[in-house]
Amino acid sequence: MAGAAVLVLVAALVTWAALPSPTSWTAADERLTVLSGPSGTEPVTLDTRFYLPKDRDGKVPAVLLAHGFGGTKNSVADTAEKLADRGYAVLTWTARGFGASGGEIHLDSPDYEVKDAQRLLDWLAARPEVRTDAAGDPRVGVVGGSYGGGLALLLAGQDSRVDAIAPSITWNSLESSFFPQSAAGTGVPGVFKKTWAGLFFGSSSALSAAASPAPAATSSSPGPAAASGDPACGRFAADVCAAYLKMATTGAPDKASSDLLAKSSPAGVLDKIKAPTLLIQGAVDTLFPLSEADANARGIAATGTPVRVAWFTGGHDGGLGPQTDQDRTEALTVQWLDHYVKGSGAAPATSFTYSRVAGFSALDRGLVTNGYSDVAYPGLAGSGRTRISVSGSAQRVASPPNGNPGAISSLPGVGGQLSSLLGGVAGDLPGQHATFESVPVTEAIEVAGAPSVQVRVASASGSATVFVKLYDVGADGTATLSGGLVAPVRLTGLPATVEDAQPVTVTLPAIVRRIDKGHTVRVVVASSDQAFLTPADPAVYTVAVSPDVTLPTLVGTPIANPQVVWRWILLGVVVALIVAVVVAVLVARRRRAPARVSDLSDVPLVVRGLRKAYNDGFVAVEQVDFRVERGQVVGLLGPNGAGKTTTLRVLMGLTMPSGGDALVFGERLVPGAPVLRRVGALVEGPGFLPHLSGYENLLAYWRATGRPVEEARFDEALEIAGLGNSVHRRTKSYSHGMRQRLAIAQAMLGLPELLVLDEPTDGLDPPQIAEMRRVLRRYATDGRAVLVSSHLLAEVEQTCTHAVVVNKGRIVASGPVEDIVGESPSIQVGVSDVDAATAALAGLSLSVRPEGSSLIVDTNGTPREEVVASLVKAGVGVDRVVPRRRLEDAFLALVGDNSRGSGDR
Amino acid sequence: MSTLPLAAEVRRQASRRRTQLALGFMVLLPLIVLVAFEFGGGDDDDNGGGAFSSLVDLATSGGLNFTLFTLLVSSNFLLIVVVALFFGDTVASEASWGSLRYLLAIPVPRARLLTVKLLVALGYSLTALLTLAGTALLAGTLRYGWHPLGSTVAASIPAGDGFLRLLGILAYLAVILLGVAGLAFLLSVATDAALGAVGGAVLLWILSSILDQIEALGVIRSFLPTHYSQAWLGLLSTPTQTDDMVKGALSAVCYAALFWGLAFYRFTRKDVTS
Repeated sequence: MAGAAVLVLVAALVTWAALPSPTSWTAADERLTVLSGPSGTEPVTLDTRFYLPKDRDGKVPAVLLAHGFGGTKNSVADTAEKLADRGYAVLTWTARGFGASGGEIHLDSPDYEVKDAQRLLDWLAARPEVRTDAAGDPRVGVVGGSYGGGLALLLAGQDSRVDAIAPSITWNSLESSFFPQSAAGTGVPGVFKKTWAGLFFGSSSALSAAASPAPAATSSSPGPAAASGDPACGRFAADVCAAYLKMATTGAPDKASSDLLAKSSPAGVLDKIKAPTLLIQGAVDTLFPLSEADANARGIAATGTPVRVAWFTGGHDGGLGPQTDQDRTEALTVQWLDHYVKGSGAAPATSFTYSRVAGFSALDRGLVTNGYSDVAYPGLAGSGRTRISVSGSAQRVASPPNGNPGAISSLPGVGGQLSSLLGGVAGDLPGQHATFESVPVTEAIEVAGAPSVQVRVASASGSATVFVKLYDVGADGTATLSGGLVAPVRLTGLPATVEDAQPVTVTLPAIVRRIDKGHTVRVVVASSDQAFLTPADPAVYTVAVSPDVTLPTLVGTPIANPQVVWRWILLGVVVALIVAVVVAVLVARRRRAPARVSDLSDVPLVVRGLRKAYNDGFVAVEQVDFRVERGQVVGLLGPNGAGKTTTLRVLMGLTMPSGGDALVFGERLVPGAPVLRRVGALVEGPGFLPHLSGYENLLAYWRATGRPVEEARFDEALEIAGLGNSVHRRTKSYSHGMRQRLAIAQAMLGLPELLVLDEPTDGLDPPQIAEMRRVLRRYATDGRAVLVSSHLLAEVEQTCTHAVVVNKGRIVASGPVEDIVGESPSIQVGVSDVDAATAALAGLSLSVRPEGSSLIVDTNGTPREEVVASLVKAGVGVDRVVPRRRLEDAFLALVGDNSRGSGDR
Repeated sequence: MSTLPLAAEVRRQASRRRTQLALGFMVLLPLIVLVAFEFGGGDDDDNGGGAFSSLVDLATSGGLNFTLFTLLVSSNFLLIVVVALFFGDTVASEASWGSLRYLLAIPVPRARLLTVKLLVALGYSLTALLTLAGTALLAGTLRYGWHPLGSTVAASIPAGDGFLRLLGILAYLAVILLGVAGLAFLLSVATDAALGAVGGAVLLWILSSILDQIEALGVIRSFLPTHYSQAWLGLLSTPTQTDDMVKGALSAVCYAALFWGLAFYRFTRKDVTS
């Protein structure tokens, strides 16, 4: 029953979750052809989707939502739906060169992708549903991550119609992202981030190959079918493709490539961005690290444009981050758009929020972060700084040819892996790295920002490419490279010996990390890294690190965890449950006062109009009324299924009557009525704990009554049971009869004033039955009463003083046994000649009735021998004389000789 | 003097072989694990995946870690079965022996019978949990010493603090097990077959665990009684992650209240026909 209920509950939940919930918006797909390119005349088809809130009041503000590299408009569907739900008209589109849109990839070029977006602004301004600031100027915010974030920045720098932007995990300068150089003042281009670059280039080429057959069907459209057929370039524009091929080959950008990257970088247009900007950057991002957002923030804020910065634990390596971070950045974005685009809500604070890994969620094995805030964005230098010293002599490291084998610091493209945060993948190769380690820190350091360190490098070839990393080493030796971030350094003009080398300040990538007390800080300078392009020729460097490592610190205010509300809910539920239990107990106590009928308080049992109908309509007891007075042994007689046991069950409070009631010493019987302690019972066979002995069972039973042991009268009960030494054997080994006797003994424990026995002689042998009769007769003498149910006539006749005959749920006779049986029992006489015998007995004034070959003779006080003598004298042969019970007559007359019980009605 | 005193029910259950066996096994299991560790001297391969599998590697690093490991391996199934046994068997077995009607005719009021049975089952479940942890802590400390609680998720936790966290874990396990306790108790009241009540509760618990593995169910999974059963692992990180534990406790308390409420509602109204 309960199991079924649980299953139904589960099924209902599944159904509820599977059913589509009604949406609050509508979406329309459309292929828009816009004129773009340097001349503004090159048509390109963009695959767009326009979301409109259903429940809108007049014109609504709009959001232009751009997707990341390699994505389509579908990649941002979730965000679009959420924004539409908040009352924005949302336009998403697949950028040129991707998905079903036409054109080629120009890397957010101002002449192509940015111009496409400007045309989409025109389109938005023309929509009747979209609010406008002026003719042709829609009220619009631009939101996007990575490639889309770059577009947001570049669009805001190129088009003043943009009212607010919220770019996330994006770049400031493509050149500094793909050719990072962490050493200050070298004037040398950085080290090529080959894995990431290859991933982007490769993914887009592969994408075009997979996508090309489908558009080919619509050959007349100027869409993707027009994409370049060059297998080396895929859907990349020729100039971008050429630049990549050149850079990846040489490992350094030439002038043309540099210019191309600069055109696609917001760095050049930051001073033109007037739209309030929310910059969200991930701390687990080896592609566009925190420094990119920092550069954007400084550049935009320099002209007085409102800028807000938030960091989260995620990024191109770390993925979306934990739910708390996703919730926080989403809330920040919505707040930003609401104020600066929709015009509702207070101006967002300029406070800076960030998060730090606090541990793991035990459930989904994901990270758990704690959020912190600070009054203002402190940049990458933190609000404080801690210096610690690392020690280690100058060490020689070998740079392997072509960087193979190479150290692993991160796994670009895998995305969202815990491992990169744990530093589990970080591994340095022997002979290829130098280690400098601090003593254990005496108190925890809350690092937030870019640490810096001075290194000296010597190389026989005069140049060196090294990677500087900062590990947090636990007391057990576990080294963690925060975010898998490394600082690539390319140096030229180096001396051959480290003594002559000038110290170079290396700024490590910004991290957010708490270095716990007892941990050490380890600076590693490695000669190889699989994520970067290192020199093809083998070389040996000598590296030394100046002792001081500067760690920027930030002690933010913890952001209240919204989950805290659950604690209050838990507390509330627990308190409510306690109150409910207390109330239930009090109510139950009050209700327990039993109904009393005082004038019956000396009558052991009165049953009045008892009726029991079961739920399935079967009526076990129609109407039963009887009394049991003190000193009586009352037999409840009836065929099987007459309703005897049901009646007794009601008397025990096991079954609720449908009507009528039973009063024991004037107290109405309800389940658990206290008056039941004056009743001892055997109903429907014995019930014992099989693993206990008979004696232990009686003891356990008596303990459960809570009454003192002296009241139990164990000795008398055990004597009645008559089990001898078997009373100390386990009841599971008992015979039926032994169990029955033990059950009767249990019923008699404490000598209750009313004893109720259901078929007590069941399983007993004749001597035991005889003994039982004596016991019951004797039991009723001291003002106690016994109610015995039986279907055996002889039993009732011989044991009971009174009888109640039940049939088909009704009482058919009741009263003293003698009244029912009659004072003189009749005899049945088997005779040789019925007629002669009848004649012979006629003179004795007896009531004689022939029955087959015998006579039923009501002796009426005449001794039986006289009857027999009369017959013999008359020459009638007598072959047997047996007592003929009236009760049986009465019973058969009352019940009928139909052998079916009432259960078969 | 009220009927069915707690002490009487405690003795009633204590006399049962299943109680003795269950509690005895709680003592035996840590010792078996300990002996197994002694035999398995060789360093075998990482059993793969998850920062928590390393709890196995750490199990022999000290008494606290050994206890933690013992709890980890027994919390998924063994403790569920033991709790389901104590709660599922208590009423149903009386019904199957026929002794329930005699208890009720004593008369033990039905609500009192359930309350006493519930409290005693709670007591035995808690005893089993504490016995398991206590034996593991004692045996582990004697064999491996009193060392900080090691964890790969965070810095190792000083022994004193680690002991407190262990207590916290025990408390959380106790709360989480209320869910299965409630279910088993409800089934125990609903059926005369003790095996059906215990087995049914364990089966439904396993069903819930299986459903919890299906991520497609999304938010529904949070409503499954087993969803937060591993949240105690949050106590191993520094600082402790208690949010999931709070939700888990809330879920368990609600389920227990629901199931126990249903059990009382049903038992105080039904005809006892056994």
